[in-house]
Amino acid sequence: MSEFLSITISILFHGVAMAMVLYLISVGLSVTMGLMGFVNLAHGAFAMAGGYMLVLLMKQQHWPFGLALLAAIVICVVMSLILERLLYRRLYGGGELDQVLMTMGLIFASVGAATWLFGPVSQSLEPPAMLRGQINFLGRDFPTYRSFLILCGALLVTALWLGLERTRFGAQIRASVDNLRMAQTLGINTSRLFSIAFALGSGLAALGGGLGADFLNVGPNYALEYLVYFLIVVAVGGLGSIRGPFVAALIVGVSDTAFKYLAPQYGAFFIYAITMAILLWRPRGLFGQSA
Amino acid sequence: MLANVIHASLLGAVAGVALTAAASAQTIKIGVVNSYSGFLAQQGDEMEKGMDLYIKTHQANLPPGVKIELVRRDDGANPETGKRVAQELITRERVQLLFGIVASPVAAAVAPLTAEAKTPLVITNAAGSAITRISPYVVRASFTQWQFAVPMGQWSAKQGWKTAITAVSDFIPGHDAEGAFTQGFTEGGGKVLSALRFPPANPDFAPFVQRIKDAKPDVAFLWVPAGAQASGMLKAIRDLGVRTAGTKIVATQDLLPDEELPNIGDVGDGVISAGNWTSGADRPANKAFLAAWEKEYQGKVIADFLSVDGWDGMDMVFDMINATKGKFTGDEAMKFFSTWKSDKSPRGPISIDPVERDIVQNVYIRRGEMKNGKLVNVDIDTIPDVKDPWKILNPAKK
Amino acid sequence: MTVSVSPGSLEDRKAVIDAFARRHRFKWYEAIPWVAAIASYFAFDSYHALGAQMFATILFALSLDLLIGFAGIVTLGHAAFFGVGAYAAGIMAANGWQEPLSQLLVAAVAASGVGFASGLIVLRTAGLTLLMQTLVVAALLQELANKWSSVTGGSDGLLGMKIDPIFGVFRFDLYGDTAYVYCLVVLFIGWLIARNIVYSSFGRSLTGIRENPNRMHAIGAPVDGRKIAIYTISAALAGVAGAMIAQTTALVGLNTLALSKSGELIIMLVIGGVGQLYGAFIGVPLYMIAQDRFSQIDPIFWYFWIGLFMIFVVVFARGGVLGVCGRLLERRSSR
Repeated sequence: MSEFLSITISILFHGVAMAMVLYLISVGLSVTMGLMGFVNLAHGAFAMAGGYMLVLLMKQQHWPFGLALLAAIVICVVMSLILERLLYRRLYGGGELDQVLMTMGLIFASVGAATWLFGPVSQSLEPPAMLRGQINFLGRDFPTYRSFLILCGALLVTALWLGLERTRFGAQIRASVDNLRMAQTLGINTSRLFSIAFALGSGLAALGGGLGADFLNVGPNYALEYLVYFLIVVAVGGLGSIRGPFVAALIVGVSDTAFKYLAPQYGAFFIYAITMAILLWRPRGLFGQSA
Repeated sequence: MLANVIHASLLGAVAGVALTAAASAQTIKIGVVNSYSGFLAQQGDEMEKGMDLYIKTHQANLPPGVKIELVRRDDGANPETGKRVAQELITRERVQLLFGIVASPVAAAVAPLTAEAKTPLVITNAAGSAITRISPYVVRASFTQWQFAVPMGQWSAKQGWKTAITAVSDFIPGHDAEGAFTQGFTEGGGKVLSALRFPPANPDFAPFVQRIKDAKPDVAFLWVPAGAQASGMLKAIRDLGVRTAGTKIVATQDLLPDEELPNIGDVGDGVISAGNWTSGADRPANKAFLAAWEKEYQGKVIADFLSVDGWDGMDMVFDMINATKGKFTGDEAMKFFSTWKSDKSPRGPISIDPVERDIVQNVYIRRGEMKNGKLVNVDIDTIPDVKDPWKILNPAKK
Repeated sequence: MTVSVSPGSLEDRKAVIDAFARRHRFKWYEAIPWVAAIASYFAFDSYHALGAQMFATILFALSLDLLIGFAGIVTLGHAAFFGVGAYAAGIMAANGWQEPLSQLLVAAVAASGVGFASGLIVLRTAGLTLLMQTLVVAALLQELANKWSSVTGGSDGLLGMKIDPIFGVFRFDLYGDTAYVYCLVVLFIGWLIARNIVYSSFGRSLTGIRENPNRMHAIGAPVDGRKIAIYTISAALAGVAGAMIAQTTALVGLNTLALSKSGELIIMLVIGGVGQLYGAFIGVPLYMIAQDRFSQIDPIFWYFWIGLFMIFVVVFARGGVLGVCGRLLERRSSR
């Protein structure tokens, strides 16, 4: 009995840690897709950039963890604003195919750029000394860094939800997601809103990519390799929703960990099967807007 | 009339001189199939540097008038690409030899071409045991997974460790390593409690390492593709405190490649691996190799077993060129390779098994130790003249 | 070419028939690709293997064009059908059934089976969800191929394929001579099929669905049935393309099912031009030849430049090569 409990706790712990990272990365994608109706496949590239910045600033410039993380986020936010003005803007309201193509091109370019700048090998994160090792909680040992991840994730999620529910900006976003035209007639500057939402989403992705560099290894193929995971979280969660991707990330994170632990010979098979089933049942995702 | 005769003879003489001059300036075209992009690019680079260094430092050893021309093509660690570029090298570039190949699937895909074209392939990394049997024109100068993992298993059992868990990447090299270690360990009286396999493109080792910890075996055998996964796996081992709980960690040299040692750091302290080359080895050939490496690459790249294998592979090719004075058919080259021996390798004494055309070499058991704050591998045991155990267990059908 | 359709008078009916006939008749420039292909056989002696792979890839891109260009179904998982076809042929070849033409047939049937089944699931949805489902289907199949390694060879790829000579005479050899002709012929047949579909009333109704699904419902055309039909046919053609690649390289790997394969295919098609039947014939050779040259110079840069080029094409050169040429021609003729 206690072995069963032990395994369950392990799975839940690691699964939730992974879910936090997936959520941080994907929530921005959900908002921008729901808000701008833009299929941004290249979202993972921002997470990748965040991961690279964090790892390399720590490794090569020997910056402390917190500072490096902050710098990574800021750099990615700036990059995303530039890209939004330069490229994404042109294709708002455009056909879905064009958006898929452009962002696919961005992914390929990011793969090439990353290989060129950082080499073909994946980088791994060395957490700062105080976050290494294990902590003892209620008689069990838990890896410190993962615990930190879960804590961070929980705080950020709460901040995000509060921000969305309680601030004017959050209200504007919710309004625009619900009904863009109406929001515009009410005088909301949707163009500026898009930029800010995009930057916010990319910043969160960078944060997720940086923090998660511990187990989502940062290599040049990052954007392509994990694309399916991010899209699953968004599609299953429901576009434009903040809570949806959270539930979806939990489902993906925990079941992925569970299957890897209990039935590794099936690999990611079950995740895909579950995703297909959920999308068949609820095409708009668990928390998506109904037609 | 006489003028015409003189004219003709002069022309003939000039032509004759020109022809002999052309004949004595001979270029041997070697097609290098290597990974310059993709997830094995770092390994490909190591091998390339070893091979290039050998050629650079041994130019004078070639027969007079003989030159080597390398035609390099990228396989991207992808068997389909590898096969296509090998085909182009043979049909378009008309190379006389193929050389290299990091990934086993690529080598397995290319090998059938060598039989059809009668072009020899010198493998300097790909470690799948069965590959040299696919075509009689394949010879391997590097190693096989079975060559390391079986002795590792036998050695572990000899230490009195009774129970083991294997954890490998779930693709064929990993399965090879798992099968080989199990064979060696159970032969020596040990018992393998369970065999874990994790997805090859695995983001997260923690669940698997947790299982290892929970089972509390005497020893855990790990196999991951060399590179960042090695560091990731070892970090997970450290983060979850597997070794402090009493489990010994053993592996093949892929888990502690020399170029990753600075990244791995103290996590690798005490990890035992089986391999064919340790950088700290005393023998003069190794010292000479490392001196040449340092002079050329000046500390920018660390040599590892791939570099040594590339170096030795080219050594074998040079010996063959010298023996045949630069003129050889595919069959003649293979005949030479099959009986090649060398004691000038940085690895120690190596030779080719004439029947299987595979490498026979010493296997060194090494332990990772911290010396002056740096992680190094230290030889603690040597198993001499190991032939690929898989082939011994699976004799070729006649 | 618009023709007023009013039932009744003989002249009207004749006009309609004439228009149809004109649509179906071959125009002279449609022979260009085939003549070029035949000429290239002799002109580019040592490039037969590359040529064969090009033809198979053109067929693959053509099948995708039917979906994206004509039916308006944007999919990122088209490699699923390609891979199924490749593995079908490969598994047969590695297990004793070595006759190539029957392998093609089985590949087509297998791929269309998968196409039909996945179409039933995928085509219920639209937009992002559809995209997701196509991705998931391909990912599922790739995972299946990876795990079922006793049959598929897993990540090592399927080895030990043996292909008999075609008709017992033409052997698939190292130099690709047979492969070149073989792939060209199969491409020709596939192209005829695609062309007929596009110009048929079935094809028009597809365009109708793409342009205005609500309207088509009003006229009474069953949207789902036709979509599934084109999805299945497209899958079959993609499967044949996959089988051809498998046969001419005697190798099948997990790459045949990968996201990058679907992504590269879309890029090749878009460079040439979507929805114009010949985009594949232009985009695929351009991409593959450029890649062949480039990867010899520097393999790393390839992805970077092709990504930038894609972005450029989407933002500035809508419609790819054919689109740009079309607009240039229009501007000239309107002067």
